Amino acid sequence: MSSVLFFIAGFGAIAGAVGVVVLRDPFYSVLALVFHLISLAVLFLLLRAEFVAAVQVVVYAGAVMVLYVFVVAYVGEESESLGERLRGSGPVGSGLRRAGAILGGALLVELLIALLGTGLTAIDGYGAGYEPGLGGGPHQFGTPAYIGQLLLTRFLLAFEVASFLLLIAAVGGVVLARRRGGLGEEDERDMLTPLDLLRPLGTGTTAEGVGGVLRPVQGRLEGAPRSRPSLPDAGSRRPR
Amino acid sequence: MTIGWYLAVSAIVFSLGAVGVMTRRNPLVVLLCLELMLNGANLALIAFSRMWGNGDGQILAIVVMTVAACEVCIGLGMIVALYRRQLPIDVDELRELQG
Repeated sequence: MSSVLFFIAGFGAIAGAVGVVVLRDPFYSVLALVFHLISLAVLFLLLRAEFVAAVQVVVYAGAVMVLYVFVVAYVGEESESLGERLRGSGPVGSGLRRAGAILGGALLVELLIALLGTGLTAIDGYGAGYEPGLGGGPHQFGTPAYIGQLLLTRFLLAFEVASFLLLIAAVGGVVLARRRGGLGEEDERDMLTPLDLLRPLGTGTTAEGVGGVLRPVQGRLEGAPRSRPSLPDAGSRRPR
Repeated sequence: MTIGWYLAVSAIVFSLGAVGVMTRRNPLVVLLCLELMLNGANLALIAFSRMWGNGDGQILAIVVMTVAACEVCIGLGMIVALYRRQLPIDVDELRELQG
């Protein structure tokens, strides 16, 4: 039974990985990666790593992939597939790409030799002894209690450093993706507020005094057709 | 299945990720392929952890997941910043560090 499950999950993981590399649309690549991650979680379960499998599904396939989906929907651009890329031309020649693919194949052969050709006899075994019903104590291999005890005793420093790293990455992500240049472009600054609907322009409010809504008022005094500043059009900001 | 089968799957996934990083042009897909490489390493770590009956490999796998989440956060922030500045979303065109 576990052999059948291993072959299903292993094939799914490899197929998902192939899909990520080969598919043309980045959105489909993300979906293939989700499939790959769930297959990998099944493999983790077969290796008795229950907590890591749960974290894989909840955090990785759930939260991180949602972030990817949002950015793909925001940037959303067709990219050419692997086959076209290997044949096509670009600023960097396609010969380098082909060399990259060959290098990847060589890496696979080398890894297989290094992993399967070691002197470790335990590679051919089924792992250390494991009894599923071992009393449910805190030292059961792979359970949340076991992982939690390790994280808070032997690996406390790694735990704290990882949490600090997450904090730094969150701050860095906000700083990288923020709007630059103060309040943004001109048309974004003159947004329509609910107050504009309640009172007419040019009634001497403080906001007009400091120049907030002065420009449309001047336009009206000079006889130009009065135009409210409109909301920025999302479609006009797309590159190319 | 023996541990060697799991290690073979992890090697295949890692190599596929490496091929993707080296051949794809879209930085989003390059980040996805980096995730593939990290996941291949994670599978090997957990297989070795099972091999020795020791939980240290699982802790290391969780730390690798944390680092991967940080990398995704920074990388996607950079892609959004590139898009805002209307630079091409293409690693071949982005060959200069100058903003």
